[in-house]
Amino acid sequence: MQLPITRITLSNGLLVLLKEIHTSPIISHWLWYRVGSRDETAGSTGISHWVEHMQFKGTPQFMAGVLDKAISREGGAWNAFTFLDWTTYYETMPAEKIDLGLRLESDRMINSKFDPDDVESERTVIISERQGNENEPLFLLGEEVQAAAFRVHSYHHEIIGDMADLQTMQRDDLYTHYRSYYIPNNAVLAIAGDFDSARMIERVRELYESIPAGSAPIRKNWPEPDLPGERAVTVEGPGETTYVQLAYHAPAAQGPDFFSFTVLDSLLTGPSNLNMFGGGISNKTSRLYRALVERELAVSVYGGMQATIDPFLYTITVTVHPRRTTSEVIAAVEEEIRKVQEMPPNLDELVRAVKQARALFAYGSESISNQAFWMGFTEMFASYEWFENYLSSLAAVTPADVQKIASTYLRPQNRVVGIYQPTGEGEESP
Amino acid sequence: MSKYSFRSPAGMQPNAPGSLPGPDDISRVELPNGIVVLSRSNFNSPSVVISGYLNAGSLFEPDNLLGLANFTSLGLMRGTARRSFHEIYDALESVGASLGFSGGTHSTGFSGRSLTEDLDMLLGLLAEALRQPAFPPEPIERLRSQLLTGLAIRAQDTGEMASLAFDKIVYNAHPYSRPEDGYPETVQAIRIEDIETFHRRFYGPREMVIAVVGAVDTREAVDKISHFLGDWSNPDQPTAPGLPPVRPLENLVRQSITIPGKSQADILIGSAGPQRLSPDFLAASLGNSVLGQFGMFGRIGDVVREQAGLAYYAYSSLSGGIGPGPWYVTSGVDPANVDRAVELIRLEIARFVDEPVSKDELDDSKANYIGRLPLSLESNGGVAGALLNLERYQLGLDYYRRYPGLISGITREDVLAAARHYLHPNRLAIAVGGP
Repeated sequence: MQLPITRITLSNGLLVLLKEIHTSPIISHWLWYRVGSRDETAGSTGISHWVEHMQFKGTPQFMAGVLDKAISREGGAWNAFTFLDWTTYYETMPAEKIDLGLRLESDRMINSKFDPDDVESERTVIISERQGNENEPLFLLGEEVQAAAFRVHSYHHEIIGDMADLQTMQRDDLYTHYRSYYIPNNAVLAIAGDFDSARMIERVRELYESIPAGSAPIRKNWPEPDLPGERAVTVEGPGETTYVQLAYHAPAAQGPDFFSFTVLDSLLTGPSNLNMFGGGISNKTSRLYRALVERELAVSVYGGMQATIDPFLYTITVTVHPRRTTSEVIAAVEEEIRKVQEMPPNLDELVRAVKQARALFAYGSESISNQAFWMGFTEMFASYEWFENYLSSLAAVTPADVQKIASTYLRPQNRVVGIYQPTGEGEESP
Repeated sequence: MSKYSFRSPAGMQPNAPGSLPGPDDISRVELPNGIVVLSRSNFNSPSVVISGYLNAGSLFEPDNLLGLANFTSLGLMRGTARRSFHEIYDALESVGASLGFSGGTHSTGFSGRSLTEDLDMLLGLLAEALRQPAFPPEPIERLRSQLLTGLAIRAQDTGEMASLAFDKIVYNAHPYSRPEDGYPETVQAIRIEDIETFHRRFYGPREMVIAVVGAVDTREAVDKISHFLGDWSNPDQPTAPGLPPVRPLENLVRQSITIPGKSQADILIGSAGPQRLSPDFLAASLGNSVLGQFGMFGRIGDVVREQAGLAYYAYSSLSGGIGPGPWYVTSGVDPANVDRAVELIRLEIARFVDEPVSKDELDDSKANYIGRLPLSLESNGGVAGALLNLERYQLGLDYYRRYPGLISGITREDVLAAARHYLHPNRLAIAVGGP
């Protein structure tokens, strides 16, 4: 089922991954940088995301606006994402037009202008982006929970950054960040679609190989100590709906526990979907849905984990039923966790989790963009083999593994309990 | 052999790589009971999508029971004559499949997907939910609480509340002024008998359309639909009610919805736009692309986001549809900047109806419309949506092949005429939701 990939490293250190897919005349081109909010310190939170925005503000060769228009004119889709561990830029285009994506991405690896006026106008755009997020109760709660979960590790702040930093960072801060991390030996180029690999390699060399390597950025790591005990945070805000978020420290993507945890997640709250394109499935038979929503303690429950370099969080988010309390909800979650800790799940529950994952992969593979996404994404925290072995790694998980993982990680001492407490009635219908 | 006549040639081959859907690779079959089955094969991934709609929209619901069509559609999966809520979702989720319904204004829609090996299960469940829902009291009451919580969350959503206010102004007494998810008091008033009656009267095969796209032979797709839904009938199913005309606005009408404690205000500015089948729909759509879509949000994005730095999002939207859907510009801004953003947007609308778009602008948007087709049809879901569009608006199976020609033929004058037909800078609805 899986198509072979070509993997080469250019003389300047740029890792290139190619996958030929000839089902549609489309090519998807992704450039990944090993930099994200994990690389930020107090005073410069949000800088990686802001740099990502500045990458759309033009180079001497491709003026701002010209870029957007050129891609759109060719019928392409393009965007960029900043995450905890990485930043990525992609163009998916009709196959014969992809050269524009290659020229643009190689150019802005090194030539972006960071014009001071553009920095100022983008400052207010990003502040507006943050204000839009602040309108959402779950953003406000999630931000506080994450901060409480990480006292030491740089995963403690939101990717968009703190308002104080967005108001004070300067052009040179951004430019220095850009020049430090946007170098070929800190990047991965992943291209999938309707091309000939030999010719694509040649073109990649022409455009990218002349960019000099830089001194490899030191990616600092501040390991988070074990929590000394349960932490609790309360966020008060507008509305009449109460939310509970339980965030447990979870294993890193590359550790031995990740796949067992993935199965546990599937059992408790339904399968997490790691695809960038292609939606997930419902979770109405998951243990927590049955325990919370069917028993009318909650209106909804979702769980999720991320594939990250360092241990991040497994988060259970509950919309509390209007007539129920947060302590009833938390007690019911704990009861379900206790069941997994005391009794290993049935084998058929594990078989089910693997089948769910297989289906989600099949949906994701409909899209060439998504296939290109996986190549670079996995390199950010492991390697492409991680993806190729995903299903067999899941299938190797035993009931005892799941039980052990639940006992190891899902302890009150390993979590933050967050509560969004609404302060009152909203506006009635107009 | 199939029992049905195929409108497209028999013995169809799997589609050539990358070809746009057309008469030679779309199968369209009308079953004797009226269900239209559209299908197209794609064997690149072992998965399949089903998607469709039936003629049971919120147009049929009375004012005091707004949300009934939506409530009914969501109730279908809460239990059937044969299976409980849990059994339904166990069948789906055990194999990583999904199936969902949603109530719209003109129709009730559904979509689902699975691995091809599970398609029979998926279609069996679809048929069961449509034909034999039980609407069991306990799960229905649970659903009601969920809907009411959804409405409480909506009341806190600046964008949604601005949108509700916008529809009220633009559509006044027209059915499009009514929210499909209703209001707390109307959802509270809906009884199970109302749901049962709605289902009995309005659900049926006539004018139902279903698209099947993925790793399945098109004839097999038709046979399967026929097997599960071919003997469904509802002799009393009424035809869709007509729409009254929309009374155009005569001046600027502005309304603000206050939601205390919020950080950002969301703005909608516009009026009623074209129907999908209006002769000037494509011209209006291309104009909309120039106004607030192309590149990073067209002219609106350039002025509001790039130049003024006022907003993270600022774009225009035109939906078309069976009736005159809205045509509006929307943006989220700092509450202190609302008036400035409104002014900038009105100036752009004034310019848009004052002078033709430039040749370059129009050429850019045309190239985008034609060039993006293959991308929008990359996934099975994208193709299914495209097939449903063909049927809903009777565009013809060759529409996507003809499309580049249709787009190329539109002139700057066509765009200006369409802009002037629907937009006037002094006759606009302005709705703001914010602190």
